Amino acid sequence: MAHTVESAAGAPAILREVKPAVLPRAVLVENNRSFSWITNKICGIIEDKTPTWWWVCFVVALFIASFTVGGITYLIFTGVGVWGHANPVNWAWDIVNFVFWIGIGHAGTLISAILCLLRQKWRTSINRAAEAMTIFAVVCAAIFPVFHVGRVWYAWYLFPIPNSNIIWQNFRSPLEWDVFAVSTYGTVSVLFWYIGLLPDLAVLRDRFYNAGNKFRSFLYGFFAMGWRGSNRHWSNYEMAYLILAGISTPLVLSVHTIVSFDFAVSLLPGWHTTIFPPYFVAGAIFSGFGMVLTLMLPLRAIYGLQDLITQYHIDCMCKITLATGTIVGYAYGMEFFIAWYSANPYEGFAFINRAFGHYAWAYWIMISCNVITPQFFWFKKVRENTTFVWVLSIFVNVGMWFERFVIIVTSLARDFLPSSWGYYSPSIVEIFTFFGTFGVFSVLFLLFIRFLPVMPMAELKAVTPQADVHAHDDSAGHGAAKVPQAH
Amino acid sequence: MPTTTARATELPKCPKPTDPNMAAPLYGLIATFETAREVYLAAEKVRDAGYRHWDCITPLPVHGLDKAMGLKRSIVPRISLVGGITGFFTGMTMIWWTGAVDYQLIVGGKPLFSPMFAFPVAYELTILFTAFATIIGMFVVNGLPMHYHPVLKYDQIRRGMDDTFFIVIEARDPRFNLANTKALLEQAGGRAVAELEA
Repeated sequence: MAHTVESAAGAPAILREVKPAVLPRAVLVENNRSFSWITNKICGIIEDKTPTWWWVCFVVALFIASFTVGGITYLIFTGVGVWGHANPVNWAWDIVNFVFWIGIGHAGTLISAILCLLRQKWRTSINRAAEAMTIFAVVCAAIFPVFHVGRVWYAWYLFPIPNSNIIWQNFRSPLEWDVFAVSTYGTVSVLFWYIGLLPDLAVLRDRFYNAGNKFRSFLYGFFAMGWRGSNRHWSNYEMAYLILAGISTPLVLSVHTIVSFDFAVSLLPGWHTTIFPPYFVAGAIFSGFGMVLTLMLPLRAIYGLQDLITQYHIDCMCKITLATGTIVGYAYGMEFFIAWYSANPYEGFAFINRAFGHYAWAYWIMISCNVITPQFFWFKKVRENTTFVWVLSIFVNVGMWFERFVIIVTSLARDFLPSSWGYYSPSIVEIFTFFGTFGVFSVLFLLFIRFLPVMPMAELKAVTPQADVHAHDDSAGHGAAKVPQAH
Repeated sequence: MPTTTARATELPKCPKPTDPNMAAPLYGLIATFETAREVYLAAEKVRDAGYRHWDCITPLPVHGLDKAMGLKRSIVPRISLVGGITGFFTGMTMIWWTGAVDYQLIVGGKPLFSPMFAFPVAYELTILFTAFATIIGMFVVNGLPMHYHPVLKYDQIRRGMDDTFFIVIEARDPRFNLANTKALLEQAGGRAVAELEA
């Protein structure tokens, strides 16, 4: 660095002038939109007349949801035997679907909590919808274990509520841990979502009041709790939001860890592995981002939200999908390695059987969807083609469903003794019930986009340049503040 | 009841609402600002003038405004901590009491209680209780729900949820003086300084 040193004898060795590099920052709200443009855009979705496509989708979603209602009603009247479970496969689609839906929810919490802690400001435009997705996914997930208990009217036995038999739950069981993990997850997700909604509900309260719709103004106002934008309130609110983000992060990691304990704590070859917790969490985030892309890309196109969900947002989501998908691929490889390295013949067989046994078709669907599909996201051209990204996101969803199917069913169908081997196929009731949950999810999501703001307006406003109170301190612009010349 | 009478005399006498000649008591003054930066600079001036009972109304959390207003750190985290500790001990105590005290049942030859197997449930309850404590704490500290507030009666306030900023200085502040406070707000760049009814 000799050339920067003053040549004059005795002069201090310092720079003549400090010129910080101007770092390009991604624009989060494009076209320099104003605060009121954001408010009008987001509220307009709720205030405009219900579009025809919404009604079409809603009716179709209700029809699909009726399959779940039908399947469950038949199950309640008949018994769990209407599902295809039989020895040795006593856990099958129900648990597969449960883990699948819970996993989808995880991206919502990742976006709202972990990205908040990491100060990834791009999360603001997608976090509301992703949190809604989390809650609705947990609703769909909860259907399966609750009805798998058989006599669903005894499902409250899952919770430590005093009952006439004065017995308590077995807290040594990972299934009981799961009850607490999933119910906490559902509750905290709803609370987090509600807290985020609070200022936006106040906006809707005032807008409906101005428009003369007293009834809707009252409803939004009731839940807005009299929010008035006070900075003394914002101060506590921001702190509460940060704490919720801080506790949701260990929560989301623990939920899928505990879900994986359902398997990892057992002794079955193919389940009894220590890699399960991180592998399940990565898979959950992978599948969740797949679902976020599946939902957000059509939403962006329909409502013209390109200025708020920019190409930068899509790039970020694709890159996370790529990263987590690659972690999942690594886990698949590591499972095989450990099966060989452990020198346990049962473990070794379980994995050879997965790839080349009766369920090989499912295994290779899983590998192609989960390991090969995300690799396309390395290419900018692919990430910029939203239609192709959307198609790939569907493959991710399919692949992650098959991952759970492969893990659960292949391990149970071929355990230690060949005499107890079997082959599982789902019954039509199971297929209907699962198919219907997509309708349940869609009905809830459609109601959400119709009646609640799909994006957090206050947070979006906070990431625009005009929210920065220090932005105009200097004429040089961001990141190039003039530093007094050294002397 | 000597204490009650003593307090009653301290309170200012409210005008009877039936009296048509009497205007509603003054709540404070409100000034409008168009940008986040304007309200930020004005907040510093109000803070430096020594006011205590005043507030900014913003449609978004303005970064740095807490400092400009001279607000202390929120006490919500302390409430959250209490909630978390309560949750953890609730979980541990529940599992210990149900399994090792109320109905002792040996499962798999394992001890009746161990913090190891109780940990996942206690962990989840820690998070659950923290979440409730945080949210309830936030509402209580903020004094919400409060569906009626003098500020919400101001006819321009609805823009405060959209794109406008306000500063409200309350009449109960010891430094409040209608003329001087109005001058301060105007000098700080506030537009359309108006009186708010309580």
